[in-house]
Amino acid sequence: MSATVNGNGNGNGSVTAPAGVKLPIYMDNHATTQLDPRVLEAMMPYLTTIYGNAASRNHQFGWVAEQAVETAREQIAKLIGASAKEIIFTSGATESDNLAIKGVAEMYRERGNHIITQVTEHKAILDTCKRLEKAGYRVTYLPVKADGLVDLEDLKRAIDDKTILVTIMFANNEIGVVQPVAEIGKICRERNVIFHTDAVQAVGKIPVDVNKMNIDLLSLSGHKLYGPKGVGALYVRRRNPRVQISEQINGGGHERGMRSGTLNVPGIVGLGRACEIAGEEMEAESKRLIALRDKLKHKLEGSLDYIHVNGSMEHRLPGSLNMSFVYVEGESLLMGINDVAVSSGSACTSATLEPSYVLKALGLGDDVAHSSIRFGLGRFNSEAEVDYVADKVIDVVQKLRELSPLYEMVKEGIDISKIEWQAH
Amino acid sequence: MAYSDKVIDHYNNPRNVGQLDKASSEVGTGLVGAPECGDVMRLQIRVNPETQVIEEAKFKTFGCGSAIASSSLATEWVKGRTVDEALKIQNTDIVKELSLPPVKIHCSVLAEDAIRAAIGDWKKKNGVAEGAEVAQPTAR
Repeated sequence: MSATVNGNGNGNGSVTAPAGVKLPIYMDNHATTQLDPRVLEAMMPYLTTIYGNAASRNHQFGWVAEQAVETAREQIAKLIGASAKEIIFTSGATESDNLAIKGVAEMYRERGNHIITQVTEHKAILDTCKRLEKAGYRVTYLPVKADGLVDLEDLKRAIDDKTILVTIMFANNEIGVVQPVAEIGKICRERNVIFHTDAVQAVGKIPVDVNKMNIDLLSLSGHKLYGPKGVGALYVRRRNPRVQISEQINGGGHERGMRSGTLNVPGIVGLGRACEIAGEEMEAESKRLIALRDKLKHKLEGSLDYIHVNGSMEHRLPGSLNMSFVYVEGESLLMGINDVAVSSGSACTSATLEPSYVLKALGLGDDVAHSSIRFGLGRFNSEAEVDYVADKVIDVVQKLRELSPLYEMVKEGIDISKIEWQAH
Repeated sequence: MAYSDKVIDHYNNPRNVGQLDKASSEVGTGLVGAPECGDVMRLQIRVNPETQVIEEAKFKTFGCGSAIASSSLATEWVKGRTVDEALKIQNTDIVKELSLPPVKIHCSVLAEDAIRAAIGDWKKKNGVAEGAEVAQPTAR
């Protein structure tokens, strides 16, 4: 018996790309997205002829730039149900997360020192919380259930009279699971605790309304919704109740003192336009992506055994699918489908050699976490691409399973969980 | 990560994939690694009882491309050698041949372990004095 695994370079394996499908295919839209040409078009004047500093109050170069910034502020606010004055521009979601958490921690230190978050947050949240722990704050990291969702009862129990902030993401970047944000917001409001959500993966993909959902602080980023990199925003509630944050960057007092630094006008214009497009197209686009994602899932499930979806299917972003292909190691799978850009939860793809902490938090064994692939469908993916990717993945998984001693053992009826492996 | 051409070649055209009869006295089986670590290698050899030459070698590997390439290469290298010669193969030779980066050195270590484990199993079956033994998984 022998196995041949194709996929070196240009998709020259037994599965070939149909006409009209251009390789490589980008299907990693949780990592970043392609700049929409309409966004670039909106940005171009501000990268060329309109170069004023939005903080220049004394001449029309400044006024024009400021006007563009204010238009963008309106566009962003509209997408999340906020008012324009509640939008603070930053360099991206990592900065927004840092500003929100450290800003609240510092501002409300007198009131309490307890922060609640959960284990599958992005590192921008987790590492910021760890830093605050070193500074004397207490942080509770809520577990998640097997479907990736936090248990609201756990949250209620965790809140005490010293709790000043709950920070729980809207949608997860690895598994696409959408948290019960409105319920979390309600609990926080009832208990008079500030609620921050890292909504980077959600904004522009699914409906977000800061008032209906009782969100007090919200982080978003341009490059996750077909806008430019290096620009993001933090929503800071001004009314019912007013939320205050301590600034983390000092300087010229831009953004009402909350974030000094000359505004990135072209980036901000791009972010605004990206939000506008996302708002207009969300309903139709999310239907299209759900159909494509489900097609991908059904095709894979129709041809392969021992595969499963990680995280809730019901509470999930439209374009998101994270699947484990058990008995196949994730990096070797990526190598076989290297004309398709996706991500793996495998340790081998990271510098740390540790498999994804998010998948482990769902209770997945390391072996299954090593076998996971994250598909991130986006605005520029077509049905023909989905068909090609499904066929390619099926082909490579089948070939790698012919190579897999684990798959062979399982097929022979051996329970590999009963084997005492020698960890190395 | 960029792979060397040799790793890609072994991944695309793995040599000596398969299984030998575990029960045969001429066959030694090495099963090393662990699923939770992301790689498991099974390397088998069939040894000529007269000459002690490894006449056949087969492998199956669950692991990254470098792990697949390391074990594929190991089967190529052991074939035609006596068991004593095969024991001289070192992981550093595999690293060099495949141009493995530092983060993938453990793949070569595992391939060396697999060779030693297979030879150890064959020696045990045939009552030959043990060399350096490698821990193998056992049913629990």
